[in-house]
Amino acid sequence: MKVVIDQHKCVASGQCVLTAPEVFDQREEDGIVVLLTETPPEGLVDDVRQAAALCPAQAIWVKEQAEE
Amino acid sequence: MSTISAPGTDAPSAELPAYPMPRAAACPFDPPPTLRTLQGQTPIGRARLWNGSTPWVVTRYEDVRALLADPRISADSTHPHYPHQSAGAAERRKQSRTFLAMDDPEHARLRRMVTATFSIKRVEALRPAIQKIVDDLIDKLLAGPKPVDLVQALALPVPSLVICELLGVPYADHDFFQSNSKTLIRSTTTREQAREATQRLVDYLERLIGDRLAHPAGDLLSTLAERVDAGELSLREAANMGMLLLVAGHETTANMIALGTLALLQHPYQLAQLRESDDPKVIASAVEELLRYLTIVHSGRRRVALEDIAIDGVTIRAGEGVILANDIANRDPAAFPGPDRLDLDRNPRHHLAFGFGVHQCLGQPLARVELQVVYGTLYRRIPTLTLTVDLDEIPFKHDGLVYGVYELPITW
Ligand code: HEM
Ligand code: SF4
Repeated sequence: MKVVIDQHKCVASGQCVLTAPEVFDQREEDGIVVLLTETPPEGLVDDVRQAAALCPAQAIWVKEQAEE
Repeated sequence: MSTISAPGTDAPSAELPAYPMPRAAACPFDPPPTLRTLQGQTPIGRARLWNGSTPWVVTRYEDVRALLADPRISADSTHPHYPHQSAGAAERRKQSRTFLAMDDPEHARLRRMVTATFSIKRVEALRPAIQKIVDDLIDKLLAGPKPVDLVQALALPVPSLVICELLGVPYADHDFFQSNSKTLIRSTTTREQAREATQRLVDYLERLIGDRLAHPAGDLLSTLAERVDAGELSLREAANMGMLLLVAGHETTANMIALGTLALLQHPYQLAQLRESDDPKVIASAVEELLRYLTIVHSGRRRVALEDIAIDGVTIRAGEGVILANDIANRDPAAFPGPDRLDLDRNPRHHLAFGFGVHQCLGQPLARVELQVVYGTLYRRIPTLTLTVDLDEIPFKHDGLVYGVYELPITW
């Protein structure tokens, strides 16, 4: 799995950080999303999918390995 | 029998259901039964508003979520067909324009000026201070006479103290800003009353931000003052933002505290489970379910279509008003099985109580922590907490743009 974010779309809701804090963080100056790892380990895959679904701004995508 | 127009027809507006609809007297926690009927029969249908306009009302979870995230849907309240909640709300929006009622890129530019304060880490760092506020208020409540009104003793002071601290608004002025906020979020408020209350709050915040221009204090009003100094905001725009944060920051969470307590008292078995758990996950999940179940911002998210939108067999035309009824969407059985049951184990993170799309609540991390601390503390410290009146004697905010109770008399 590969995670992609769009900081331009992010509205700093924090939903992703609440859901998968190992993968997402927020910038100190404005709370905009930052990605801690593009390729999260297997154990976090479900959390990352949930974060993408909960993101109100459609700023997170998940690409399956096969698509790369 | 049904008075609901078929999609696309131009039924005379008098035949359309009036929106908002009344709740059933016996079910004060449930959305209006007419909305449930619409969700089953006419999930995107027209209704008639206070001013005679006939916007679309959208009631299914998937549709509400999709439209709230759709860039063809605008939150711009200056649009001539914007479906305002009431005459008073229209006046407030006109006088005090904020990013709540703007579209991107303007919305994003302004929202990002204040997002840092509400990040998960910054809010999590406030948890001990919020816990102290809650503990002190409960100490005071227990030392005082009983019965007591939980709204005045706890529900209003907790979020008011917190937002005052964050903004740098003196809490000593709480009678002033709480009474003006109350006027603004009542649907029966007239244009004149709304104009005066808005003016008083904006003048007040202009004064405070003016002070910060000379004496920065590291709070949110100082952040806004810096932007004024940099020429990025006028003093008036900064005051409008300050007012939005002040009003949204205390009226919403206060209603969740009091109404949530009332709902839990009606579900003693689940209340006992919550009281006996010290697992933060259990408490966090209870907060999400109460947010879903109560959906206190119950007057629908108000929008206008910028282009024709084909959805669920209906075409919403460019320029038409749209109401996204997040209260009934949060009771959609397709998204939440057994939706009318309060089930603290459900963990319904996908609820729409904070909205969806780019306007999703800015203060949600703060509201979550405040509610987690209150729900995780109050019922443990006062395990015998009970109402002193029957449920049918509780004054509900049927006339509120935000739902809740005016008073919650309790004893222990
Ligand atoms: C339980 C408490 C709360 C609930 C249920 C709630 C609900 C909501 C909802 C439904 C919206 C979306 C409005 C729309 O789409 O038209 C919203 C937006 C907003 N909320 Fe909250 N809110 C709560 C607490 C707070 C707090 C504590 C703050 C703190 C400052 C706050 C500040 C805001 C702001 C500024 C917006 C506008 C965001 C934007 O337009 O980008 N809210 N809230
Ligand atoms: S969930 Fe989406 S909008 Fe919210 S902080 Fe994460 S990326 Fe940004």
